[in-house]
Amino acid sequence: MTSADFQTLLPEIVLSGYAMAALMVAVYTTKDKLAATLVWATAGLFVALALYIGGTGEGERTVFNGLFTDDPFARFAKVTILLSAAAVLVMSQDYMTRRDLLRFEYPLLVTLSVVGMMVMVSSADLITLYMGLELQSLALYVIASIRRDSAKSSEAGLKYFVLGALSSGLLLYGASLVYGYAGTTQFAGILSTVQDGVPLGLLFGLVFMLAGLAFKVSAAPFHMWTPDVYEGSPTPVTAFFATAPKVAAMALIARLVQDAFGGIPGQWGQVLAALAVASMFLGAVAAIGQRDIKRLMAYSSIAHMGYALIGLCVGTAYGVQATMIYMAIYVTMNVGTFAFILSMERDGRPVSDIAGLNQFAKKEPLKALAMLVLLFSLAGVPPMVGFFGKFYVLKAAVDAGWVWLAVAGAVASVIGAFYYLRIVYFMYFGAEQEPVDSRMAPVQWGMLVAVAAIMLLGIVNLFGIEAPAAVAAEALVR
Amino acid sequence: MENQLLSIITFLPLVAALILALFMRGDDAAARQGAKWLALFTTSATFVISLFILFRFDPSNTGFQFVEEREWILGLTYKMGVDGISILFVMLTTFLMPITIWSCWGVEHRVKEYMIAFLVLETLMLGVFCALDLVLFYLFFEAGLIPMFLIIGIWGGKDRIYAAFKFFLYTFLGSVLMLVAMMTFSLLGFRVVGGLQTMLFLAFFASFAVKMPMWPVHTWLPDAHVQAPTAGSVVLAAILLKMGGYGFLRFSLPMFPVGSDVMAPLVLWMSAIAIVYTSLVALAQTDMKKLIAYSSVAHMGYVTMGIFAVNQQGIDGAIFQMLSHGFISGALFLCVGVIYDRMHTREIDAYGGLVNRMPAYALVFMFFTMANVGLPGTSGFVGEFLTLMGIFQVNTWVAAVATTGVILSAAYALWLYRRVVFGDLIKEALKSITDMDRREKAIFAPLIAMTLILGVYPSLVTDIIGPSVSALVTDYQAALPADDAALALNEGHSE
Repeated sequence: MTSADFQTLLPEIVLSGYAMAALMVAVYTTKDKLAATLVWATAGLFVALALYIGGTGEGERTVFNGLFTDDPFARFAKVTILLSAAAVLVMSQDYMTRRDLLRFEYPLLVTLSVVGMMVMVSSADLITLYMGLELQSLALYVIASIRRDSAKSSEAGLKYFVLGALSSGLLLYGASLVYGYAGTTQFAGILSTVQDGVPLGLLFGLVFMLAGLAFKVSAAPFHMWTPDVYEGSPTPVTAFFATAPKVAAMALIARLVQDAFGGIPGQWGQVLAALAVASMFLGAVAAIGQRDIKRLMAYSSIAHMGYALIGLCVGTAYGVQATMIYMAIYVTMNVGTFAFILSMERDGRPVSDIAGLNQFAKKEPLKALAMLVLLFSLAGVPPMVGFFGKFYVLKAAVDAGWVWLAVAGAVASVIGAFYYLRIVYFMYFGAEQEPVDSRMAPVQWGMLVAVAAIMLLGIVNLFGIEAPAAVAAEALVR
Repeated sequence: MENQLLSIITFLPLVAALILALFMRGDDAAARQGAKWLALFTTSATFVISLFILFRFDPSNTGFQFVEEREWILGLTYKMGVDGISILFVMLTTFLMPITIWSCWGVEHRVKEYMIAFLVLETLMLGVFCALDLVLFYLFFEAGLIPMFLIIGIWGGKDRIYAAFKFFLYTFLGSVLMLVAMMTFSLLGFRVVGGLQTMLFLAFFASFAVKMPMWPVHTWLPDAHVQAPTAGSVVLAAILLKMGGYGFLRFSLPMFPVGSDVMAPLVLWMSAIAIVYTSLVALAQTDMKKLIAYSSVAHMGYVTMGIFAVNQQGIDGAIFQMLSHGFISGALFLCVGVIYDRMHTREIDAYGGLVNRMPAYALVFMFFTMANVGLPGTSGFVGEFLTLMGIFQVNTWVAAVATTGVILSAAYALWLYRRVVFGDLIKEALKSITDMDRREKAIFAPLIAMTLILGVYPSLVTDIIGPSVSALVTDYQAALPADDAALALNEGHSE
């Protein structure tokens, strides 16, 4: 272990140290009164670290005897994770303060789960992978039930925990099989083993691990927890669930299949394709009947994960690039959408029924317009940026010869368009009745409008994320 | 500067829409009037600039002119340009938009948003006709759904929600398949032979046939037309439907000649069925807008028939028919709008004897009814005649069936006219109806002029489109044997 090792790990160390220190300070001083400050400090730290990682990192390094790797791919994912987590934190502060939900543990648990995510995307070994994943998940289980006096929130936390534990079990079982047949936990070692033929047991291990990870990205058929947890958790927590952890888990799948099983794309490509098709169609069809916008967003995220998986299952660098761009666009859209959902209330109480949005456009034209842009973007209608995300992954599929997968994705996007349009329909031409109030802190308003603007202006050059994503993908796929 | 002209006319309305959205505040009468004037001014300016493009356009050059090309994301290019086929569609759009805007002077409900929707729509329609990159085309093509969805949904009639969703989902499904086909096509280096061409052709066909709309995927159109506000119906019938025909000419024929050749008999028969079947359906309608919508489907049948005859007369006729239908059907929907504004019903039975109180209206409506039937001297005749002449050389049976459509169209159009305009004025509600005011008359004037001019002097159009169409037909005919050779070569390799 050298100083170079520690330097590579510096962002994670800083975040962990910060979380511990802040926890101690808050416990022994003013407790929850400090919470708002902590939220902003944490978000500031996230942004600073994102700038540090994005700005200074270069090259590829594997440190701690092959446990931890730092490459352009990890950096791209980390920047996305940090920025989206920061955005979600700052926009939840007002909501949580007003409803007396803001505990000082909240930003710190988010910090710890972000550390977990950063470890996940940098893992070069099954042990690191599992440690990162569990650190992330345990923090999320607690956050899900942060509204201690609400049965629904506790239920969400418990459900998430039990099912999450099951998926971790699947993952561990798979990892142990892989270790048993490959004789090593290091990705590089596994990669060289599978090059000379794949033992059946190892294949079993691979499938179990993918099942465990599919649970984390909430890909069908491992999605069951998502709608309930999304609905039960307080909305800011839902917003967090829908963004950073999804990026981390998707990046982890990419890392696992490419770094450890890169030589045998034929073995995992079809598994991921099946997950992708199931997710796209389930997400599209099941969302149609939803009355609650949070449940709807849960199914929407399931569908979106299906599209992101298309990029991974084709196994090319272009596919990985497509997935990373898709995820970056996806989290941006979700930040904006949840900024709006957070503001929905009636008589000061949060509401999430879609029908409450009836004639919302009359009351708040600008917010409705921003939401309109976001919804069409989520549906993948050009010229919004969401279309380019879908275009990328579908093109990756076609280029790699998976035309049927692209056709399936295209058809699913039409079905999916229906429920996004339904929200537009309520907002713009629903029945005449008093719509919900929309009380927004300036930061939420800023997020909503900024994201809507990004969705429109991104058409010019996608804000230049293509090049970093390409570098990231090439570093991963060799 | 010259090369940016197309981008300028395309994005000028968008700029005006942005100005309206960002800087126009308030909802008082002055603000509404301001929004209308700004929209009218912008669309007129666009028309003037497009006239300038038309005068600088060189018809003898069959290549693309006013080409602008830039690097874009995803390795795509932003490429705009016009040739003899597309220039007139650009003109049609820029010509009709000021009329459309002027026709909705009476709208009082969310005026600013209404104007924004139409301005954005104009940008997207012009983009469709100018785009020379597949994905850029797709972008404009698809994005046009959003403003139209809102126009039907917000300002539409009673069942507007059903119609808006049907419109959006139908057309969206058609076009996503085209997107996948585009990707496959570009992956294969824009050169495909044999059966794959037919597959790709069908994927593109799905999109354009829905947009056109062709029988049997036309069912969204009557719903959309009936529910859309008058101006929305005008744009839908006059311009949006033309995107389908334009797509066939720009993409299907040149890119997939073999696929087109294989599928042409099917398309021809589908067109013939469309002409006869929808004309019969039109006879049974009790709603004026629905009747005109079905008549649109029938007229679009002549267009697809002319296009897939793939000879000079057929395609000349198809383009001519599309332009002429743009003026005529737009005017017919405006005619319905005139009495709908007064009586707030589109039921044919609610009217009768209008000639007694509205002589000017009766005259205008008569003129466009005759043009719709295809009376010689109006532009409707030229289009139908040319397409029938083109198809006669290819498939006599289809031509024979399609010709009966001419009679049927006279039947439903004249019967509609008789029921609405002639007879005694017995209905109590109609006793106080007023004739068209000056604004309404002025709106129809340019449409009447265009219909007459094109009817008596069709060379105005055919001179411009002729060379490009002739090049298209020649390339198409040359591609068929070349493909056979390539296919034989491929088989030779694989053996």
